[in-house]
Amino acid sequence: MFTPKRTTAIFLSLLLGACANAAEDSPRLGTPISEAQLQGWDLIVAPDGSGLPAGSGTAAQGQLVYEQKCASCHGMQGEGMPGVPALAGGSPIGTPPLMTVGSYWPHASTLFDYVRRAMPPLAPKSLTDTEVYQVTAYVLHLHNIVERDFVLDRNSLPTVQMPNGGNFIDRSQVQR
Amino acid sequence: MNDNNKSDVERMQLHEELKSDSVAGNGLINRRHLLGLGLAGAGSLVAGNVLAADAGLVIPAWSKTPGRELSGYGSPSHFANAISRIAPSPNSISPGTGASRTPLHLLQGTITPNSLHFERHHSGIPDIDPAQHRLVLHGMVRQPLSFSYEDLLAYPQISRAYFLECSGNSGANSAPTASDNSAGGIHGLLSCSEWTGVRLSTLLEEAGVTPGASWISCTGADAASLGRSVPLNKALNDVIIALYQNGEPIRPEQGYPMRLFVPGWEGNVSVKWLTQIKVTDAPANFRDETSRYTELLPDGRALQFTYPMGVKSLITSPSGQMTLQRRGLHEVTGLAWSGSGAIRRVEISADGGRTWADAHIEPNQQELTLTRFRLPWLWEGGEAILQSRATDTAGNVQPARAAWVANYSPANRYHYNGIQSWAVSAQGEVKNVYA
Repeated sequence: MFTPKRTTAIFLSLLLGACANAAEDSPRLGTPISEAQLQGWDLIVAPDGSGLPAGSGTAAQGQLVYEQKCASCHGMQGEGMPGVPALAGGSPIGTPPLMTVGSYWPHASTLFDYVRRAMPPLAPKSLTDTEVYQVTAYVLHLHNIVERDFVLDRNSLPTVQMPNGGNFIDRSQVQR
Repeated sequence: MNDNNKSDVERMQLHEELKSDSVAGNGLINRRHLLGLGLAGAGSLVAGNVLAADAGLVIPAWSKTPGRELSGYGSPSHFANAISRIAPSPNSISPGTGASRTPLHLLQGTITPNSLHFERHHSGIPDIDPAQHRLVLHGMVRQPLSFSYEDLLAYPQISRAYFLECSGNSGANSAPTASDNSAGGIHGLLSCSEWTGVRLSTLLEEAGVTPGASWISCTGADAASLGRSVPLNKALNDVIIALYQNGEPIRPEQGYPMRLFVPGWEGNVSVKWLTQIKVTDAPANFRDETSRYTELLPDGRALQFTYPMGVKSLITSPSGQMTLQRRGLHEVTGLAWSGSGAIRRVEISADGGRTWADAHIEPNQQELTLTRFRLPWLWEGGEAILQSRATDTAGNVQPARAAWVANYSPANRYHYNGIQSWAVSAQGEVKNVYA
């Protein structure tokens, strides 16, 4: 005859047994790799600045890169065109934000991360890290978030305050 | 019994009998009653006839000559090959960027054929050689690891039928005016497959997650290197590295050779062409979880990391741009699903929500998959508004469109799950409306 306590003990041992089996079932075929081997491959840049590479750039330097590699789609002032998102324009809270960097994006790191991994669309990952810093600074400057000569680098970028940064509600732990 | 031999009197009697078994207004019928009548009885309400009363059947030509040879990879009958994804004209700058939709109104059951699974790509479909592809698991782990496709094929795998729905699905119905479109055209960023793959928890256990870790950041090997962050508790729960879809290797459009599959959550987090899983203590805040895939509220703030898809349903037949060809009995059928559990109940209305009847669903529905619902409907040539309303096992009830709209900024197109209304005209034409 099972007592509740004994039933619980049996249940727990079954559960642990199942977990142990899951681990035992694993052939464990992963090949060890070092973080050093991921240098230049791991492109993730987080709001705390982790993942930002060496190098730096200003909006003044970025204007030429932007005009050569971005403006044909996004427009000289970041105004966008049909099928291409606007980068500038709009303002946060008060009027509905536009989906532009200055009006909506909560983190400057996202701009660096996205430009480096995905832009320009026909030649992604073709910009040097320096060019990415420069273009990022220029797009931020289009919305007067940084001055024209502000030096964007791995130390300064995480300190850039985005106008709409405080207006996102984290729903990640809401399960329904 | 031939329909044509049935007298008008008998027809009227059956008609009255069906109407007396109404379960809700405007012609919704008790399905048990219909089953009791049998198909002959139900069919007798059909007005049109294929055969003239005195014509005999003839043996068709294909019964008198051998059929065609066998084939390697099969394809649909050429009589049925008009069923295809609904794709817009390509983006002029990046032709591989955009979405194509599953023609939900042309399909039955719950499983989507692989060739018709919806697509959403952010920079085209990469042509990945599985022999060169690597999945790297690193960050807050004791030992960073790299896995080849061959490696993963050797791991224990699990198979489950799950729906996948784009966060932007049905967004057209959040617009101020109702677009004239089909069920697939509006809601076709939804598909359902049996997904087979390796539990992510098995790989995370092998690498050894270190204390303090709470998120994973995942990226794909496409030109956009699309990235999404997933909380570690979900990653350890039911997330898999999917390798097979409906029994065959997943299609390039779905992430070949491997994709993350995050059951019940907005489709974009199930990162395709998966190549990187970085264990972290905070979300990466990728572009597609900040600038996009966030929901703007009426006050200008926005919801971020809204993951489970809301409880939802739609009638796939009769549905938008169809025309009822005859008066009489029709089966109202559709799909229901929820990112927060299984479907517990689906109700149908034929009078714009004034009265509701429970649709038939199979008992013991599984979680996070599509549920097919059905109910007989007697259409006598009058106007009707058909609606469906789903309830899940967590108690969530699908909202009316107006209630959904009130919760968001007019600019928001994500996570739309309002009730779909199809208006049926006296001529039998079915149209998307807001009701």
